[in-house]
Amino acid sequence: MSVQTFTPQAFHRQAHDALGNPQIRSNFRRAMDGLMDKRRSVFSEWDVETLRELGANIRLRALSRLPDLLEQLEANCQANGIRVHWASDGDEACRIVREICQAREAKSVIKGKSMVSEEMHLNAHLEEAGIEALESDLGEYLVQLNEQTPSHIIMPAIHLNTDEISDILHDKTGTERTRDVDAMTAAARAQLRERFMAADVGISGVNFAVAETGTLCLVENEGNGRMTTTVPPVHIAVTGIEKVVERLRDVPPLYALLTRSATGQPVTTYFNMISGPRRADEHDGPEEVHLVLVDNGRSAIYQDDELLDTLRCIRCGACMNHCPVYTRVGGHTYGTTYPGPIGKILMPHLMGLEATRDLPSASSLCGACGEVCPVKIPIPDLLVRLRKESVGEGRGNVPGAGVKRNRKEVFAWKSWQWLATHPGAWRAGTGMAGKLRGLAPSTLRPWTDYRTVPKPASTTLHALVKRHRQDHDTTGESES
Amino acid sequence: MTPLKQYPPRPDKVYFYGTCLIDLFYPGAGLDGIRLLEREGIEVVFPDDQTCCGQPAYTSGYHDEARAVAAAQLDLFPEPWPVIVPSGSCGGMMRTHYPQLFAGTEREAQARELAGRIFELTEFLVHVCHVKLTDRGEPQRVAMHTSCSARREMGVADTGPALLGQLERVELVEQARAAECCGFGGTFAVRHPEVSAAMVDDKTRAIEEAGAEHFVTSDCGCLMNIDGHLEQQQRPVRGEHIASYLWRRTS
Repeated sequence: MSVQTFTPQAFHRQAHDALGNPQIRSNFRRAMDGLMDKRRSVFSEWDVETLRELGANIRLRALSRLPDLLEQLEANCQANGIRVHWASDGDEACRIVREICQAREAKSVIKGKSMVSEEMHLNAHLEEAGIEALESDLGEYLVQLNEQTPSHIIMPAIHLNTDEISDILHDKTGTERTRDVDAMTAAARAQLRERFMAADVGISGVNFAVAETGTLCLVENEGNGRMTTTVPPVHIAVTGIEKVVERLRDVPPLYALLTRSATGQPVTTYFNMISGPRRADEHDGPEEVHLVLVDNGRSAIYQDDELLDTLRCIRCGACMNHCPVYTRVGGHTYGTTYPGPIGKILMPHLMGLEATRDLPSASSLCGACGEVCPVKIPIPDLLVRLRKESVGEGRGNVPGAGVKRNRKEVFAWKSWQWLATHPGAWRAGTGMAGKLRGLAPSTLRPWTDYRTVPKPASTTLHALVKRHRQDHDTTGESES
Repeated sequence: MTPLKQYPPRPDKVYFYGTCLIDLFYPGAGLDGIRLLEREGIEVVFPDDQTCCGQPAYTSGYHDEARAVAAAQLDLFPEPWPVIVPSGSCGGMMRTHYPQLFAGTEREAQARELAGRIFELTEFLVHVCHVKLTDRGEPQRVAMHTSCSARREMGVADTGPALLGQLERVELVEQARAAECCGFGGTFAVRHPEVSAAMVDDKTRAIEEAGAEHFVTSDCGCLMNIDGHLEQQQRPVRGEHIASYLWRRTS
């Protein structure tokens, strides 16, 4: 399998390739159909709207007090013996993690699943420093073996099917080819088990950081998260600053929403609550626990009362599972750490609107994402807001604002505005269009690459209504 | 999800907002919508100065231009009568996005007031007119495509199918993934033509595979997209606006 680099700048070409790849099309369609079904059935007995409202309010309440809660989290983590570090961007976060590793003379790092570490490009950074970083989440492990990036935030290897996985395990680890999923899982498990024991440092993400208690919650199914955070002598948790919640009792509703929205599970196999390193009277657990709080553009998003909603996200992936665009082009096409609808509203802040110029427009605004979002992020509204920023009619506080403004388009919209605010001219123009319909072009690309050309009707509704009124006046009654 | 809405009693008069797509491409659908309302004994007022709701500019990010056009529409409905829109998309624009567009401006209250009396046509026929239809057509298997904005912005996914369900000789078939977007999305179809094409191709196949002989929709954007693709592919199934279908079969 060839290694391909994906970038948001090449969205159109990547979408073209993905749409023409039957394997990608069927892998994603099948997987997303399954995930949508599971979500629907697991929520069938629930008042999901009330729960979403609760989830949204918990996140909004946390965000409204974000600076205070982060300080409270820091104090309570420190009281628990967790060392807290602040990173303003990905590079600084990488440096902090590397220095912790180097202080322990670490050569080998085992990683639980963490999208923030993907966002930071942590593995590449550690490898440059001579530290080997191995992914232990099965999907991440496969993606890493295949020298790829995750194509989904919850299911990183969802783009691969059984045969492809068998090939990867065979080619990269010498595992015998098989279609038996259990056999493949067992093989990967055996390979990873040794590495857990040998690792000098474990690195994980965080799902919820509880300010009230200084507790780091980690949601997972494979047990690799528990191994990562308990077996190596050092545990480093990396998280975006928005993951903080106020109280411990905020966690159960968010957890209920997260697992159901993500994979349709009522509960995950593991739910870890990490509240510090090994105590003096304990026999196991890491000697050191570190928490790296990563900003990387989040504070800037936080300054804007609309864009702020982006930070509610609990990273369940339901928006991509339900997105008709994501389902067809797959995760890699976006060329960004976070793909799909959440990626389209988050990545412009992290990479700028110039690099991500085709992302906010890559949506029909169908609203399926907003409908299922467990914390009710108004994703379509935020896409429109980013389009507004792109054409320079927003508040100008997204990097690259105005990058898509061009004279031709502005002129077109200004002309449209003039016509639509001059009803007489509008009626004359639309009436004329009907009379000249024979002159309508037979192609109107790209619309007509896939559809017939829409021809103006021979008469407008305005004209029909006028005639209808006259008929009315003559007969004095309705035509039916 | 749209909260439960209180519907008004049947009024004597309503405004009709035809939408620019209907005005230019499907005027018959607009007239049929008017006739359906008039048959319920309601006087339909069609403000001559209506043009476009402003949505194309709004979703493209050109909010100054959209606001100017929307402002011109705000003044067209001075009486407190309901405003009937034969499109979930334009209806959603006026009901959901006008208040956002005018937030913090002197027109905010006016936009909110108007938003409160915007109704999608099938929604109004079902929930306010309590219309009773008598089918006069031949037996036919029909699929309905409800637009995403009717479904999710206006919360009226059930009213189109409910009306079709009243037609005795119409068998309403449901296509797979009925709630999925057809790929129109206004300028999306032009900015991302290949993705849009993949979506509309799946949609047309689903309609055919459901055994539909015909399809109807309550939005002319979806109609132009789905029907245009079927026609380009020279496939036999064709579509029309639900207002035309209902009028044709019941008049």
